[in-house]
Amino acid sequence: MDSAFIIEKSVVIVTVFAITMIMAMYSTYAERKVAAFLQDRIGPNRAGKFGLLQPLADGLKLFSKEEFFPNTPNRFLFIVGPAIAMSTALMTSAVIPWGDRLHIFGRDVILQATDIDVSLLYIFGVVSVGVYGIMIGGWASNNKFSLMGAVRAASQMVSYEIAMGLSMIALLMMTGTLSLKEISIQQSGMDWNVFYQPVSFLIFLICAFAELNRTPFDLAECESELIGGYHTEYSSMKMGFYLFAEYANMFISSAILSVLFFGGYNYPGMQWMVDNVGINVANILGIVVLFIKICGFIFFIMWVRWTIPRFRYDQLMNLGWRILIPLSIVNIIITGICILAFK
Amino acid sequence: MSTAIQNISLSGRKKEVSHKEMTFWERLYLVAIVKGLIITIKHLFRKKVTVQYPEQVREFSPVYRGQHMLKRDEQGRENCTACGLCALSCPAEAITMKAAERKKGEEHLYREEKYAEIYEINMLRCIFCGLCEEACPKDAIYLTLSKELVPANYDREDFIFGKDKLVMPLEMAMKNAQLNNAN
Repeated sequence: MDSAFIIEKSVVIVTVFAITMIMAMYSTYAERKVAAFLQDRIGPNRAGKFGLLQPLADGLKLFSKEEFFPNTPNRFLFIVGPAIAMSTALMTSAVIPWGDRLHIFGRDVILQATDIDVSLLYIFGVVSVGVYGIMIGGWASNNKFSLMGAVRAASQMVSYEIAMGLSMIALLMMTGTLSLKEISIQQSGMDWNVFYQPVSFLIFLICAFAELNRTPFDLAECESELIGGYHTEYSSMKMGFYLFAEYANMFISSAILSVLFFGGYNYPGMQWMVDNVGINVANILGIVVLFIKICGFIFFIMWVRWTIPRFRYDQLMNLGWRILIPLSIVNIIITGICILAFK
Repeated sequence: MSTAIQNISLSGRKKEVSHKEMTFWERLYLVAIVKGLIITIKHLFRKKVTVQYPEQVREFSPVYRGQHMLKRDEQGRENCTACGLCALSCPAEAITMKAAERKKGEEHLYREEKYAEIYEINMLRCIFCGLCEEACPKDAIYLTLSKELVPANYDREDFIFGKDKLVMPLEMAMKNAQLNNAN
């Protein structure tokens, strides 16, 4: 545990944190732009060139808004809610492998905050804690709409976590490891998991939408029924934290989707690049490729939002319990048979 | 050659609604979702319909009623004689005025012996019905000439428009006179 190692890790962690924040910030901008373009509009274009300073203006506005507290018996929980939502959203980025390694100052810098061998399990753990942020916030608001939104969010996230976990098991049977780093390495070249596990990918994608509380499963905050859902009573930066956490989560789940199913930082010809051009160039290109994949998923999530209307609550539960869970169990069985037959 | 009344489709877009059970693929919704995604992605590349307002102004209809304008004649003299018919006809009571007599040497400013010394329209009261325009016997007030919307403002006082904002600019009157001569 030398000091160079600590410095190296600190730099990686701060960079990952900064990138997550910036991506979340610009996701809000991208969301508005994508929404506008899909609706034949132009979208924000007044703040800076092409409206690129819009997220800063939005943040500044949220900071300067009045801090409002509802007449709630529990002010502490009211503050803790958005804090939990935000910190869980940022914690998941710790285990995502952003690239293989860089060779700087005679050291091999691993482009991952920490490479624990249960990183997938860690992500599932942290994501399920995220429910508390919403639940506590909704409960402490002392408002029936908020509580309703929180109850919906909690039951939806808990139900879809089951299908998500089961869809992961089929993938894990194939990879044989929980470490995201190793899963990335196994997919080098074009050997992506999505070609072997399309059903698992589809289930994971649908569950990701539900976990993110995004349309078509945004029942926790549907304006037409619940005003704002769990963040009805929130204002100023606490409100901003909830919204920001949602976008940070979107970035992280896009990253997880790309790492698990779309080869992470791998691209065809990466090994050739390492041998002929140099390890640093090859890996920086790998980071760029991963970010292109992530941005693609973020765009897809937004694209779906402006295409599909919201599900009814019973339809949502039906889909989760009666279709996705049996489907993922069947997928596990078929995967098992295939592994036995071909290996 | 007579068709039953329920089979006639005047628009040619009539579609038969069916209540048949959905097939397995239809119940999966995936095909329908992909179709929807294709429709929305097409809109990404469409021409945008946004009008960038302050820089770009949508064209007014010729009968559009916007901010009022007190007209000048070809020699640049004000038409208004402060008869008060516009104020009388105004259903919202938005117009007030004070008449004054034309002095010697002011013949180039006012067309007739009497003119409006003060002429004010409260734009918060005005409903832009155009009755003042109809009532005016001297062709003095028009809502169609300015081709302008009444702009937003911060104070109530700023919505009371006096003669400084209402009277037609002299250049515009001159230009109109030139156009008339040319015709």
